[in-house]
Amino acid sequence: MKAFLAFLRNTWRGLTAMRTALTLLFLLALGAMPGALLPQRSLNAQKVAEYIAENGWWGRFLDRLQFYDVYASYWFSAVYVLLFVSLVGCLLPRTWDYYKQMRAKPVLTPRNLSRLPHHATAELAASPEAVMASAKARLKGWRLVEREEADGARSVSAERGYLRETGNLVFHFSLLGLLVAFALGKMVGYEGQVIVQSKGGQFCNSGVFNFDSFRPGLRVDGTQLSPFCVRVNDFHATYLHNGQAQSFRADIDYQSGEDLETGTWRPYPLEVNSPLRTAGDRVYLLGHGYTPIFTVKFPNGETRTGTTQWRPVNEVTLASEGATKFDPPGITDTEQRRKNQLAITGLLAPTAGFRGELLDSVFPEARDPAVAIDVYRGDLGTDSGRGQSIFSIDEKQVQDGKLTKVARQNLRQGEELELDDGTVIKFEGVKDWVSLQVSHDPTQVWVLAFSVLVILGLGVSLSVKRRRVWVRAVPAADGRTVVEVGGLARTDQAGYGEEFGSLARDLLEKEK
Amino acid sequence: MPVNETLSTYSDWTYGAAVSVYFVAAVFYLCEAAFGRTKARELVGAAKVAGTAEDGTWTPGLVVRHERSRAEKLGRMGVALTVLGALLQLSSLVLRGFATERAPWGNMYEYGSLLTFAAVATWLVLMRTFPVRKLGGFVLVPVVILMFLGGTVLYAEAAPVQPALQSYWLVVHVSVISVSSGILLVPGVTSVLYLLKSSGRARFAKLPDADVLDRVAYRSTVFSFPLFTIGIICGAIWAEAAWGRFWGWDPKETVAFVCWVVYAAYLHARATAGWRGRPAAWINALGFALNVFNLFFINLVTTGLHSYAGVG
Ligand code: HEM
Repeated sequence: MKAFLAFLRNTWRGLTAMRTALTLLFLLALGAMPGALLPQRSLNAQKVAEYIAENGWWGRFLDRLQFYDVYASYWFSAVYVLLFVSLVGCLLPRTWDYYKQMRAKPVLTPRNLSRLPHHATAELAASPEAVMASAKARLKGWRLVEREEADGARSVSAERGYLRETGNLVFHFSLLGLLVAFALGKMVGYEGQVIVQSKGGQFCNSGVFNFDSFRPGLRVDGTQLSPFCVRVNDFHATYLHNGQAQSFRADIDYQSGEDLETGTWRPYPLEVNSPLRTAGDRVYLLGHGYTPIFTVKFPNGETRTGTTQWRPVNEVTLASEGATKFDPPGITDTEQRRKNQLAITGLLAPTAGFRGELLDSVFPEARDPAVAIDVYRGDLGTDSGRGQSIFSIDEKQVQDGKLTKVARQNLRQGEELELDDGTVIKFEGVKDWVSLQVSHDPTQVWVLAFSVLVILGLGVSLSVKRRRVWVRAVPAADGRTVVEVGGLARTDQAGYGEEFGSLARDLLEKEK
Repeated sequence: MPVNETLSTYSDWTYGAAVSVYFVAAVFYLCEAAFGRTKARELVGAAKVAGTAEDGTWTPGLVVRHERSRAEKLGRMGVALTVLGALLQLSSLVLRGFATERAPWGNMYEYGSLLTFAAVATWLVLMRTFPVRKLGGFVLVPVVILMFLGGTVLYAEAAPVQPALQSYWLVVHVSVISVSSGILLVPGVTSVLYLLKSSGRARFAKLPDADVLDRVAYRSTVFSFPLFTIGIICGAIWAEAAWGRFWGWDPKETVAFVCWVVYAAYLHARATAGWRGRPAAWINALGFALNVFNLFFINLVTTGLHSYAGVG
């Protein structure tokens, strides 16, 4: 009775645990979905803003519920933490059971073998002892135990496929390990992006401010970045006729470790799919674009060259927009200086195609670069305290009349334009820039290791079958022996039939 | 990297031929299913085999033999046509590979072809073990639909692929994912049939035993799930090299994750009292629906990094 109650309690516990886990699995799946359907801040903050603006209260409501940061939201975290706890809660007892099972003997032979899903019987001339001996020989590789029963009967119970449970535990524990490593990576990792000009532009991973954007893990304050430097010498891209990119390569030099002290640069061809791995970090080639080169000859005779990167607005033709800004030289009075700042904005086409006066780009390669520019003069607003974008001018300054358009013209490479005050602007051509990403995630090798274990565990636990077979030899009246074989697959029955068939045939027919 | 136009044209032809042949085969199967006699062939369950040691038939199998009916002949022709169609489709894939000198699964059209080929091949293998031949039509109909969409809406000229895809991980990740997704079409279909059969309505009485359907679904899922897992992990390894992080909740990654969790739930449901049978079958069908959703909707509607659709 007591045993029965314990059995009930255990079964109940097992069932609830499994059900909870199932429910949580569903919640996890359900909770992850909005992240694929709604724009996410971590992927594209601008899209999120647009979406909220378009959807009014509904958009704001979703924001309140963290639907644009699904994977960092409280509810998503709650589900996976619960799943984690539930997983631990069911793995511990299972591990203990596993340990006990590995030491236990195969279970007693059931009284009535004919009730098992697999069963066969025959009468043989051999003695029970001989039957047992041949059964044991045939069941090599099985864990087995021979027992004597009443009335001179003997039986063997054998079991095989313990690896299934081993695989299963490996799988589940590796899953835990993977989750932990993943979470740790999110804590101590960082990711930063930076645009570097070709033909000698440099970047050093020495501080957060060297990046254009930086995303630190929760425990990263930005003071302990892995030290290395990168110099971009050249950039090559090849395209198909239709403008589809075929290859990108940035020829870079890098320094890390001792090289930083000795000043040695080492070359590396940085390509998509082949990041530079150095100092424990990775450097990726994320994208590229063009920098128009403008020289401005000011009325006082001084010249300045502007090389500010413009950003592509068309991913296929690489038509780009931007703003190249100049401070007038030789003016010390801030008030005066502010009235005479210059900005060149507009469109840059790496390969120009004109429709009348309208410039557009027809190909992503810089074959025949041209710009369609507006030139502004006045106060750029750099001292206004408002955040300034390097890709555009401050529209507010234009509205306030502090910045006025003084020219608008198309320029091909080498062409010039003269402003009313005698300033000459020349479009010299373009050079490439590349956008690089630096990533730091010291735990990702652990994630990989656990993933491999997950696969191995899964493969074993799904392919190995836990199965049992029993052989009983009962002396019959005429000196012969009745041999019964019974089999039971503990998991999926399919496929056991054949193995059992051949086993039973060997045991029952050999001595006929 | 020039494209061999002749080979790519032959590839298109064999693709078209494969779709047509599958279509005819599907019609044959459906005729068999519609006009064949109920329970014409009987599966002898493993348990009943026991005790027949004397006559030596140990493996479970078909024992009731009878004259082949006309419906059955149609079914057999359906099988022959399916094999022919599969060979044609295989040639189409191989030809495209030679035409472009790369692995022939670089855009949605190609990926879809590999996927449906895997589904058909799986079905051919399963038919040898399970008495499910007359269900062939139910597998081939979605295959024909997918291939038709692939060959029209999603069709992409043979061409080299963009830089992000020029990696041997393309070969591994995409092939493993599409083959495993293709295999998962089979349990998806059989789970739906299971749900019909177990609804108990007379209309579905001709379908094979619910138990057989359940086993077909389980076997193929269990075979494919580890593959799918490997595919996702290879994807993560590739993403680490191509996109700067191994996991970033890109829409495609997210839905693959959700699919994975759903199939894990299926395997658990099958081992949980109260969830076996119909609930498990629902879960499996849901898994496949999500997989198709991932293939079409996510590629075409959302903008993620998985931009290999090659359309639009
Ligand atoms: C409390 C949490 C969990 C419990 C109680 C649990 C329990 C089990 C059990 C009992 C099995 C063996 C099923 C069988 O006999 O075939 C199993 C297998 C498996 N589990 Fe879990 N598990 C849990 C969490 C998870 C999670 C979170 C995942 C993945 C998302 C997962 C994936 C799997 C897979 C793929 C199998 C193989 C299925 C099979 O052997 O048929 N499990 N789990």
